[in-house]
Amino acid sequence: MQHIQLGPIDYTILIVYFAFVLGIGWVLRRFIKSSEDFFLSGRSIPAWIAGLAFISANLGAQEVIGMGASGAKYGMMTSHFYWLGAIPAMVFVGVFMMPFYYGSRARSVPEYLKLRFDEKTRGFNAMTFAVMTIFSSGISMYALAKLLELVLGWDFNASIILSALIVLIYIFLGGLTSAIYNEVLQFFLIVLGFLPLVLLGLKDVGGWSGLTAKLHVVATQSGFAPGAWSDSWAHVGNAHANPMGVEWFGLIMGLGFVLSFGYWCTDFLVIQRAMAADSMTAARRTPLLAAIPKMLFPFLVIVPGMIAIALQVTRGGLLPLEANGTPNYNLAVPVLLAHYLPTGLLGLGLTALMASFMSGMAGNVTAFNTVWTYDIYQSYIKPGRPDRHYLRMGQAATVFGILLSVAAAYVTTRFNNIMDMLQLVFAFVNAPLFATFLLGMFWKRTTGHGAFFGLLIGTLTAAVHDGLVLPLGDHVGLKGGYLGAVLHVYPSEMAQNFWTAIFAWTACFVATIVISLLTTRKKSDDDLKGLVYSLTPRVRDRDLPWYKQPATLAVLVLVLTLVLNVIFW
Amino acid sequence: MKLDIRYPIGLMFGLFGLILVVFGLTSSRAIYAASLGIDVNLWWGLVLLVFGGVMLAFAIRGGRRPGSPGAD
Repeated sequence: MQHIQLGPIDYTILIVYFAFVLGIGWVLRRFIKSSEDFFLSGRSIPAWIAGLAFISANLGAQEVIGMGASGAKYGMMTSHFYWLGAIPAMVFVGVFMMPFYYGSRARSVPEYLKLRFDEKTRGFNAMTFAVMTIFSSGISMYALAKLLELVLGWDFNASIILSALIVLIYIFLGGLTSAIYNEVLQFFLIVLGFLPLVLLGLKDVGGWSGLTAKLHVVATQSGFAPGAWSDSWAHVGNAHANPMGVEWFGLIMGLGFVLSFGYWCTDFLVIQRAMAADSMTAARRTPLLAAIPKMLFPFLVIVPGMIAIALQVTRGGLLPLEANGTPNYNLAVPVLLAHYLPTGLLGLGLTALMASFMSGMAGNVTAFNTVWTYDIYQSYIKPGRPDRHYLRMGQAATVFGILLSVAAAYVTTRFNNIMDMLQLVFAFVNAPLFATFLLGMFWKRTTGHGAFFGLLIGTLTAAVHDGLVLPLGDHVGLKGGYLGAVLHVYPSEMAQNFWTAIFAWTACFVATIVISLLTTRKKSDDDLKGLVYSLTPRVRDRDLPWYKQPATLAVLVLVLTLVLNVIFW
Repeated sequence: MKLDIRYPIGLMFGLFGLILVVFGLTSSRAIYAASLGIDVNLWWGLVLLVFGGVMLAFAIRGGRRPGSPGAD
């Protein structure tokens, strides 16, 4: 595609943004006195800031580019990743799980597993998580550099070095506080940078009704019912009736339950933001407050993709085509930016795009340096050193964590398959995790052996299931069928992923219960106080006015989400 | 809280707004063909100015009042 030409005004905006990002790290550096300051912001962050950081850390490369691409490819059904696949889990973690995460004073999710179960369960989770964050941050960097090369003609190596250096400096100086503050800045930048694009795009296609009419053409041309691109639920009765190729049960159980709860309720990347909150109430309100902007994000990130495909089909020639003739969906958002925004606002839009990549990267790096220092270094390598030692290690971990991410970014450029394989393995490890936490938090009989072997069996089940099935039209290989036999063919890769998750979760859930009943519990009721629901005194919100109570907020969020689902049914 | 985050947010978006408004007033109309003939730099610059101003106002008011998020 033709490169977008940036003017001096666009570069000015970009430079001002970088100056603020680095400036925040510089100002915050003098507040870092202990390792808790560096890794957990000294548990001093107000709920609204932690909440915005909570979604911003999740708002990596995948969100803006990936959800835009999905909006073009699948239309309004992409909203399931929000209204079904995020909000209910965010409400659950805030209301039911945060009392244990925050109340136990655990400094990380793996540390909670150590307190609740045993060393091996923590070790397993800490190691896989540390490797995963490095590669996620590397993939983020790779995707940003690739995009800037393609869209602006920037040098790939220069983009990698620049983004790595900026993230390194502000986290090294200000630790988690710096990451959180910058995530809040990035949140507003992303909203205010993309909103004009959505407004102009909608005006151009004739408002929502104009967009729907054009999407009817998109749907009928692809052989679906007219509403397939503009309805979220209406066509999920049959996997072959919607572009995503999923049916309602796989969608609700796979995405809405296993994958969504597995991510939002156990991933330290987001939980860390809530752990940094200044009180138990603030920690519980963090994911709930985050849910409000999160439920509006589809309009910001999915609608541009829908506008792009509508224009592509009705006016033609907007998206560049790939070698096999399908449009390059990943370019939907960048192409639309260049299509509507004049120099000036274009700089703001591109800055927002870069901000989204950097917030995802920074989220991974801060989660990595914490898990590395507390759960690996302090636990297995050098325990019992003064706090200052671990603070220095955290800063060192920030440096080598970013260096490893850069290495991962280059591994991705050389061996695309290795990266696909790793992501597959991570998916297997993650799928069963929520079963372990659910049983750990709500059933005091769950034992350490049960949790550990349940996790292994769940992960193995995911690998075996994936190895025996295949998505429609794919060949045996990484996509599935690698165990020699194909027992079932799913209508789409997404359906296959959802069902892999369902099988893994169920296997882990059942295995953990069976093994727990066969083994003896090592932790007494007293040890488990504050870690398990039935042994922990209820959090009392009575002294708060009703409108400030987490439960009120939770009900409000769920009702609003239900309304959105119904409106766009 | 150590640094009231509303200051950098207010300052940055205020500055962005100022840059875009000035540019919107001085740039040639031709570049707005892409944005459906609307001088989006001017209009969105005004939006950002107002947003930045509101953030700064909150920060200044919060800093004066003890007990509010920005006070300590």
